[in-house]
Amino acid sequence: MADDDGVVAVIDKDGLDALVAVLAARGRTVIGPTVRDGAIVLAEISGGAELPYGWGVELEAGTYRLVAREDGAAFAHSAGPQSWKTFLHPPRVREWRADRTADGELVITPEATPSPSYAFLGVRPCDLRAIAVQDRVLTGGRHADPGYRGRRTGAFLVAVECTEPGATCFCVSMGTGPAVGPGFDLALTEVLDADGHRFLVRAGSGEGEAVLAELPSRVADTATRTAARDRVAEAADRMGRSMPLVDLQVLMRETLDAERWDDVTARCLTCGNCTMVCPTCFCTTAEDVTDLTGDHAERWRHWESCFDRDFTHLPTGPVRDSPRSRYRQWATHKLGTWYDQFGSSGCVGCGRCIVWCPVGIDITEEAHALNRERERGSSGEATG
Amino acid sequence: MTVVRHGFLGALTPAHRDRLLAFAHEASFPGGTRIFEEGGTADRFWIVRSGLVALDVHVPGRRAAVVETLGQGELLGWSWLFEPYRWHLGAQCRDDVTAYEFDAELVRVVYDEDPAFGLALTHCVAQVIARRLKATRTRLLDLYGPPGSGGGTP
Amino acid sequence: MTAPVPYRVVAHPADTPDTATIVLQPVRTALPPFTPGQFAMVYAFGVGDIPLSVSGIDGHRLTHTVRAVGAVSGALHGVRPGLTVGVRGPFGTGWELPEAAGRDLLVVAGGIGLAPLRPLVLAALAEPERYGRLNVLIGARAPGELLYPDEPWQAAARVLATVDRPDPAWTGEVGVVTTLIDRAAFDPPRTTAFICGPEPMIRATADDLVHRGVDPDRIRVSLERTMHCGTGHCGHCQLGPLLLCRDGPVVSWTRAEPLLMVREL
Repeated sequence: MADDDGVVAVIDKDGLDALVAVLAARGRTVIGPTVRDGAIVLAEISGGAELPYGWGVELEAGTYRLVAREDGAAFAHSAGPQSWKTFLHPPRVREWRADRTADGELVITPEATPSPSYAFLGVRPCDLRAIAVQDRVLTGGRHADPGYRGRRTGAFLVAVECTEPGATCFCVSMGTGPAVGPGFDLALTEVLDADGHRFLVRAGSGEGEAVLAELPSRVADTATRTAARDRVAEAADRMGRSMPLVDLQVLMRETLDAERWDDVTARCLTCGNCTMVCPTCFCTTAEDVTDLTGDHAERWRHWESCFDRDFTHLPTGPVRDSPRSRYRQWATHKLGTWYDQFGSSGCVGCGRCIVWCPVGIDITEEAHALNRERERGSSGEATG
Repeated sequence: MTVVRHGFLGALTPAHRDRLLAFAHEASFPGGTRIFEEGGTADRFWIVRSGLVALDVHVPGRRAAVVETLGQGELLGWSWLFEPYRWHLGAQCRDDVTAYEFDAELVRVVYDEDPAFGLALTHCVAQVIARRLKATRTRLLDLYGPPGSGGGTP
Repeated sequence: MTAPVPYRVVAHPADTPDTATIVLQPVRTALPPFTPGQFAMVYAFGVGDIPLSVSGIDGHRLTHTVRAVGAVSGALHGVRPGLTVGVRGPFGTGWELPEAAGRDLLVVAGGIGLAPLRPLVLAALAEPERYGRLNVLIGARAPGELLYPDEPWQAAARVLATVDRPDPAWTGEVGVVTTLIDRAAFDPPRTTAFICGPEPMIRATADDLVHRGVDPDRIRVSLERTMHCGTGHCGHCQLGPLLLCRDGPVVSWTRAEPLLMVREL
């Protein structure tokens, strides 16, 4: 990472406090990680003290546990159960209202409630990429989602580089981390050593620079810069998972009839947890509601999962009737056909789907197994 | 890419086609003629040259129920090839029909004399039956019908 | 998604037992122009909206043929002139008839599949010198379910129909629609085919045409899946790499065939 592009500084914990205050003073709703209900949960915060200092997480397939840390780090955790899509692409949104007048006319009013002006504090590099992926899906095509655009435009993003990857992380494999990529207003890297608990701050936009200028900060010294860079580089070597080193788009295309899908189906409950926690899953469904008079109707849109049996149906019935086809749809879309549809992978390597799967299905393990099955098939060996 | 020659005759080699046509004589039927009846002796068969022939089944309480129509180039009748050599459908001309007509018994005799010809002809007849079976099964699905019709719950 | 635009039902010209044809006119604002093969999301107040291919385009007026198979289509099936519905669109890819200039045209319609093909047929008939021979092959369940039976173009020389289940009064052909292909007049290497109907019918027809020498790139089929948004944001209409509201519903057979071969894709 070229760390001499743009403004760089160092702030302490009181600088982080000030950051929240400055953003709030600019009329922004500041969302950050907090400790709640045994997890790191994204919520509105009013001060730096609400950040999860001294909390880390223990992650594994089907396992998430908060663990107290002695070093008091604020960002030594990864991938909580939510992602920023909870705010940018909320679970339930009203899209428009329809009124039927006395003379039978239809008056349709688009939803015009102004979106909050958000500041997201603690956006992981994988999640920063996920936001970019959703940007492409929801605003990068011929038709843009006006609600998403309203919430997204002007959202202030404070990224935090990863120095403490979880056992289920594989951002390196997906090329999304642990160093932060473009798209942030400010990027923090937490440094905890003999010289103190501090954060290297880089500005990535004009507004980022302006906000940084309002914080109590000092010049970024070489020791802090080096420590920050080293911590992130070390994190890259401590990834818990990885994808096979093959073209995943091609792999997904060539293994549609693999036996491995039967194997994972035997375990998958089609509960859809993965789609809820995945930061790029975007699928929604329309819901029409009317009031008791019957003259007022509303169109709402809410999250829906491709694991739902009726997700894709024709008048004759569901198209993906079997759980096998639905797991295959999710995985092949995420890793493969997303490229065809939106020009990139849909997976950012955050590992949430592995953590929050109640039976611990691991998408990286499935990709490796599919790759092995494909290799066995092409080498002519008998498959099991 | 093989270009498909059309009609029953198109599926035979030129030599076999000529061999078969040696047994043909031209027939014509005015519109409305019933060419054969269900249960009758299958002693002839035809290749339609023009016009439309409707195949029907006798269902008590209904006028003859048409199950298929055949037009130009198509084989009319294959029951002559299999015992008990009886028609399982009736055939009625929708309009004026011309056809090549064949004496089934004579053709069956040639099978013993010329097995290669017999095999080729049987193969072509089998293809016709297979195609019509596939089409019939498709119609059973009632794909144009309301969802849920045609058997099999969604 | 953007909100629907009010359109008034101005005519309700035709009915078969389960389908209705409705003509819509903008109340105030008109949507951008539709081309044959594209679809609109049509909203029945308080019930919901469904994708409906345009089956007629006349200036700003849109014609849709609706088949009642659910709550929304049932509601739309029952609208009468004077009622207002909401419309969004145009969405999707069209038949792209102009690309078939100079070529024989083979239109094959199964059941309700004739509805999205009708504007294509009318457009081709309007400019006969631009195209080769036009053939329209129609398959329907029964004579009473043939769509647009009294329209003038149905009496044209190369419009052929067949039914699965004749009634006693039916004097036409009986059998699957692919049996009509032998009666069509077209030169396969110089033909563009347009097919719409139930998926097994599309597969059987396209396979037959490829076998006869029609280029799969020149066979255009209209595919169907659930659609909610029409704008590529809800994810329901995916078929492998395609978002049918955006990359379809009209797709070349070259693209469609491998996708339809994968069960439950």
